[in-house]
Amino acid sequence: MTGNVLLSVEDVVVDLPTPRGNLRAVDRVNLEVQAGQTLGVVGESGCGKTMLSRAILQLLPKKAKLGGRVMFDGQDLVSLDRESLRKLRGRSLAVVFQDPMTSLNPVLTIGTQLIETLQEHLELDLAAARKRSVELLAAVGIPAPEQRLTQYPHQLSGGMRQRVAIAIALSCEPKLLIADEPTTALDVTIQAQILDLLAREQQRRHMAMILITHDLGVVAGRTDEVAVMYAGRVVERAPTPALFKKMRMPYTEALLAAIPKLDTAPHTVLPAISGRPPDPTRPIKGCSFSPRCRYAVARCHGEKPELTEAETPAHQYACFHPIETPAAVPA
Amino acid sequence: MAFFVARRLLYLVPVLLAVSLLTFSIASLLPGDLAMTILADQATPENLAALRHDMGLDQPIWQRYFTWLGHVLQGDFGRSFRTGQTVLQAVAERLPVSIELMLLAQLGALAIGVPLAIVCAARSGGPFDRFMTGTAFGMLSVPTFLSAILLIYLFAVELQWLPATGYIPFAEDPLANLRFMVLPSLTLALAEWPGIMRILRSDMIATLQEDYISLAKAKGLKPARILFVHALKPSSLTLVTITGINIGRLIGGALIVETIFALPGIGRLLVGAILTRDLVILQGVVLLVAAGFVIMNFIVDLLYAVLDPRIRHGHA
Amino acid sequence: MATLELDLPEEAASAPVRKGRRLGMLFWAAIGWMVFVFALAIFASVLPIADPTAMDMLERRAPFSAAHWLGTDGLGRDELSRLIYGARISLLVGLCAPMIGLTVGGALGMLSGYFGGRFGSIVSGGMDVLLAFPPLILVLAVIAYVGQSILNLTLILGVLGIPAFMRVARAATLTLSRREFVIAAQALGASHTRILLRELLPNVILPLFAFFLLGVAVIIVVEGSLSFLGLGVPPPISSWGSMIGEGRESLDVAPRLAFMPAIAMFLTVLSFNLVGDTLRALTDPRQGAL
Repeated sequence: MTGNVLLSVEDVVVDLPTPRGNLRAVDRVNLEVQAGQTLGVVGESGCGKTMLSRAILQLLPKKAKLGGRVMFDGQDLVSLDRESLRKLRGRSLAVVFQDPMTSLNPVLTIGTQLIETLQEHLELDLAAARKRSVELLAAVGIPAPEQRLTQYPHQLSGGMRQRVAIAIALSCEPKLLIADEPTTALDVTIQAQILDLLAREQQRRHMAMILITHDLGVVAGRTDEVAVMYAGRVVERAPTPALFKKMRMPYTEALLAAIPKLDTAPHTVLPAISGRPPDPTRPIKGCSFSPRCRYAVARCHGEKPELTEAETPAHQYACFHPIETPAAVPA
Repeated sequence: MAFFVARRLLYLVPVLLAVSLLTFSIASLLPGDLAMTILADQATPENLAALRHDMGLDQPIWQRYFTWLGHVLQGDFGRSFRTGQTVLQAVAERLPVSIELMLLAQLGALAIGVPLAIVCAARSGGPFDRFMTGTAFGMLSVPTFLSAILLIYLFAVELQWLPATGYIPFAEDPLANLRFMVLPSLTLALAEWPGIMRILRSDMIATLQEDYISLAKAKGLKPARILFVHALKPSSLTLVTITGINIGRLIGGALIVETIFALPGIGRLLVGAILTRDLVILQGVVLLVAAGFVIMNFIVDLLYAVLDPRIRHGHA
Repeated sequence: MATLELDLPEEAASAPVRKGRRLGMLFWAAIGWMVFVFALAIFASVLPIADPTAMDMLERRAPFSAAHWLGTDGLGRDELSRLIYGARISLLVGLCAPMIGLTVGGALGMLSGYFGGRFGSIVSGGMDVLLAFPPLILVLAVIAYVGQSILNLTLILGVLGIPAFMRVARAATLTLSRREFVIAAQALGASHTRILLRELLPNVILPLFAFFLLGVAVIIVVEGSLSFLGLGVPPPISSWGSMIGEGRESLDVAPRLAFMPAIAMFLTVLSFNLVGDTLRALTDPRQGAL
């Protein structure tokens, strides 16, 4: 893919020391995001997608060890000094966390939490920052925005809080927004609204976005490219239409199959992926998915497949026996 | 908020009644006879009975309680049979000293404990943190009267920088007053800061792991703002709680410190009343101190509600 | 929304995390000091030391010598034997008073935690009244009426400790009552007595014991403070607190008279705090609790 690369993650490795030994949460991940484009990162819990987002933001836990490079707008965030990094965060690089119940400070008003970001990065006086905060709250669909400024997070519903979190993230017109499972903690009815809001604002502001989720269905209509992660590695990567047209990795197929369909008969048992992800502190010699893969053969258990180019452009997968037929729900 | 205050106020009434009942019972049910104490050597069965009748000691106990309570509610706590001073006069005279002492001590303890807690939490697990945590733990095992002796020995006996005992009212000479107050309040502060530091430190460490701190970092805020506004403000609730828990200890500590440094405060009044067996003063002061303690706890509760918007709005 | 029914590897959660079983030098040093002081206090009367109340007016504030290893005090009494007999008082009051809190408070706490309801609210209401007094003030008031004696002091300090022990016992019982083994015993038709004594008590006793050790430290301090003020154990019984109080008079000429009992008291209190805190951390189900 050509274009203006805004973010490129190069060979990023995250190691977490645990009492049971080293845990490799992210294993040599390579990704790019062009300016104004959206990348979906999909995988089940514990696959390293949140650690990857924290690695990009340089917000890993103290004990974690980070390797590789994170090039953002021409600078390597990994080696950037703290002060320059601070000026970048919130200004050009913003984030929306998973749980709006815990990501807003309970003892500060909504207004304070919005205005402090604006005043930190933009040279605004209090009146201008307030005015802009009201505009932002209105833009993310919060009714009576002016009254909200003096309210505390607990006075708002979960969906409203997530809208506030999005308003904070958008406040300084960032170039890249990382949305880390922004809808997982919300009611089902609110989820689509929040996702549509994110997509709309991303289009309107021409910012790039990384949408992290465990739901392939979420990324389907809303992203330009999808990366599927499993056990800390990217196992398949493709432009979204190409991926849904022809997925090659059995794990991607299994993820898709686990989405409930409207047309399936009631009381049908959902096809779950059998087994569990491997213990990340005990690396597997072969393909990490092989113990759960229905296509696995001897080679899959003994050797790790590298990410290889598919015949279609920009499509990569890590599998010795990619699925040849277009994706179909297995019986 | 008004509802909250009203409910707490309503709870105060039975607690204060129970306090008065217990104070009265200590004075009336336990062995020891007021009339006997007053007359001491001159006690004969006749004048003993006469005095008892005068004081109403021959009435049934519940009747005496209500008579006493009635007087107390009208502000009559009794009169010392030794000095002739009323309890209220004696307390009013000495209260400013005790309050000044406790305020200075609490400020001192906060001034030592809070910055240390913040630095330790920000660098938790580091050498400074481990050293200070150990020191605080050790300090918890130093009784107030021990640190008083140490400070007197160091600053009054050896260095002769500060007076060991004595007092001058603030209104007379503020500077001299503060000179006399330095050692007593430092003594009390030394006993209080380890508790403040330990609890605030562990609370701050927990707070610093919250999502909203990560978000504050992701917003590119300055470290000082994250530490003091985003982390310290939620933890300040803990501080208020500790202050509430500590009031009882502080009153006890003040009593010891006043006695050691010869400060004319409530504590010394109480100890003096015990030593001279001035039971009227004793009973009145105990009741007033306990009532004051209950009311201070009530204020701390209110402060808690003011600080935490979740309680103020009736959540949680 | 599709959520995969996949939880984290179970072993990760239930694997026996290696807790700091090595208790460290300090812990054992504290145990050592406690044993040492205990032994001295128990065998004080058979040890070849001077009578702690025998005065020798010619040998007042004598320095360290072969006859008086730690010198003599302002009345010419042997400092070493006064220290050892003082340990007796501190430990006697320090151990007996929390014992009252442990038994009464522990029983009340378990009962109110297990039965709850009206009984629970009556118990905690009573405790609230007891807690409405600044503790030291209440002790002084009672002592003033009933008179200074070791027994009175122990009793009143013990009663004041009841609310704290009750809270610890109730909290522990409340958590445990919802656990499977208790529910299982109830389902099997075990009597309340049986559940309380056989199922709950063995589990509640550990945190209570850790709290007991911390209580001993507190009581030693309070007894010391009272005796220091001259309101604790009556003279001429030697107590660390009263020794420090007497030593204070000669702080300018013989500071050691105040500092030696002070050091003994500090080390003892520190030892109980250290051991109690370590045990509390070990018995606390929350990991990494301070």
